[in-house]
Amino acid sequence: MSTDHVPEYPMPRAAGCPFDPPPLLKQLQEEAPLTPISVFGKPAWMITRYAGQRLLADPRLSSDVSRPNFQGSSPQLLPQDDRFGAGFIALDDPEHSRMRRMVTAPFTVKRVEALRPKVQSIVDRLIDDLLAGPNPADLMAALALPIPSLVICELLGVPYENHDFFQQNSLSLLDTTAGPADQLKAHSNLGSFLDELIGQKITNPGEDLLTDLAEQVRAGNLSRSEAAGNGLLMLVAGHETTANMIALGTLALLEHPDQFELLKKTDDPSAVGGAVEELLRYLNIAHKGRWRQVVEDIEFEGHTLKAGDNVVFANNIANRDPAVFADPDTLDLTRDARQHVAFGFGPHACLGQPLARMELKVVYHTLYHRIPTLRLAVPLEEIPFKHDATVYGVASLPVTW
Amino acid sequence: MKIIVDQDKCVASGQCVSSAPDVFDQREDDGIVVLLNDNPPAGLADDVRQAAALCPALVITIVE
Ligand code: HEM
Ligand code: SF4
Repeated sequence: MSTDHVPEYPMPRAAGCPFDPPPLLKQLQEEAPLTPISVFGKPAWMITRYAGQRLLADPRLSSDVSRPNFQGSSPQLLPQDDRFGAGFIALDDPEHSRMRRMVTAPFTVKRVEALRPKVQSIVDRLIDDLLAGPNPADLMAALALPIPSLVICELLGVPYENHDFFQQNSLSLLDTTAGPADQLKAHSNLGSFLDELIGQKITNPGEDLLTDLAEQVRAGNLSRSEAAGNGLLMLVAGHETTANMIALGTLALLEHPDQFELLKKTDDPSAVGGAVEELLRYLNIAHKGRWRQVVEDIEFEGHTLKAGDNVVFANNIANRDPAVFADPDTLDLTRDARQHVAFGFGPHACLGQPLARMELKVVYHTLYHRIPTLRLAVPLEEIPFKHDATVYGVASLPVTW
Repeated sequence: MKIIVDQDKCVASGQCVSSAPDVFDQREDDGIVVLLNDNPPAGLADDVRQAAALCPALVITIVE
C-alpha cells in the first residue's frame, strides 16, 4: 500500500448509493488487512476485513473514552465530562462486565420471546392508527420511532409521555456535527431526566430495569450518577437504532421489489429471521465503525499496533467482505447472513440484540402483510439521509399505500 | 463432540441459545451461558458449530 496518501476518515458514501458504504472503504479492504488513516487530522489504524473484526474480542483494546487521546466518531470527544458519564459502553472489563451484568437479565432469549405478544399488539395498534390516519404519512414518525420507544420505555420503566423529549435529545447527542456544546447539553438533559426517575424508583419501586438500577444504588454497587449514565445508554441505544432499522429497512425493501415480494409472501418464521439478519448486514446502521485504543502492543498482520494507538474497526465494510459473503453488495434475503458484525463483536457486542431481532421480526412480518401496497410517496432523491449521525438512517420516510 | 464454555467472558448475547437451544441456555438472573449438554449427539453438531462461530465473546470451544 502506498504511504504517500493517507485516507481521511470519516469519508462520504457515493452519490446515489444510500445503502452502500463509502466506495473507498471497499478499495482499502481489497488492498490490505490494516490501513493507516487520518481521523479528523489525527493518525489511526483502520481494519476493514471481516476476519480482522475478531480482534475486537482482544482484552488489549480499550473502549475507555477517558484515556488520553482516545478518538471517537465525533471530531471532539463525546460529552463524557458531565457527571453521568457514558455508561458501560465506555468502560473496560472488569468494571464494564460488572455493570453490564446488572442489566442483562431482561435481554435473554427467553425473556425477550415472552415480550413478543406485547410487541405484536403495539405494532398492530400503530398500524391500525396509520391506516385510519392521513395517506401519505411519515413512516418514521408513525411507526419506526414509536415501536422501539414504547418497548424500551416499558422495559426501563420510563414514562412514554416523555418521548418527544428523549427522542429529540438522542438525535442531538448522536449528531456528530452538532458541536460539543449541543451534545453536552443533550447528554446532561437526558442524564438529569434518568437521575430523577431513578430517584423515584428508590422510593417507589416498579418492575423494570430502572428499579433494578435503583436497587444497585441502594446496595452501594453503583453511584446514582453511574446508574443514570447506564439508564441513559439503554434508553438511547434502545430506540434510535431499531427505529432506523425499521425505516431504512423498509426503504431498502421498497427499492428492491423482488426482495420485498419474498417478505410479503412468507409466513415462515425462519425466512423472516433470515431477512432480518440480511438487512442488518446490508444496512449496518452503526456505520461509523467501532472505536478502540490499544492498551498493550498487539502484533496484527505483520504490524505492531502500539499502546496508545487508536483503531477503527469498520464493521460496515466488513459486512461486505466477499471472503465471507458471496456477492456481498447484493441484498439477498435468502442468504445465511447470521455471522454479520452489525451488532459489533467482543465484550461490547450489543446488549439489546435479542430484543432488536425480535422487534424487527415482528415489524417486518406484520407491516408488509397488512399494507402490501406500501410505496414511497416522494422520489428517492428527496429522502433525507442522516449521513452525519452515529446511527445511520432517514430523518423521515413519506409513504403511501 | 465435547464443549467447553467460559462463563467469565460470556456477554449474555444469547446467540448460542438461538443456534442450539437443546445445548445452551442462559442463567435467569444475568443471562450468562449455561451448558445443558457438554457432549451433544452428532445430530446437533452443526448447530453447536454455528453457536461457536456466532458467539461474539469467543467463549465456546469445541473439542472434536
Ligand atoms: C438494530 C438495532 C441495533 C443495532 C444495529 C445496535 C448496534 C450496536 C453496536 C454496533 C454496538 C457495539 C458498540 C461498541 O462496539 O462499542 C452496540 C452496543 C450496545 N447496544 Fe445496541 N444496537 C441495536 C439495538 C439495541 C437495543 C434495542 C438496545 C436496548 C437496550 C441496545 C443496547 C446496547 C447497549 C447497552 C450497548 C453497549 C454494550 C456494551 O458496551 O457492553 N442496542 N449496539
Ligand atoms: S453466544 Fe457467547 S456470549 Fe452470547 S450468551 Fe452464548 S456464550 Fe455467552
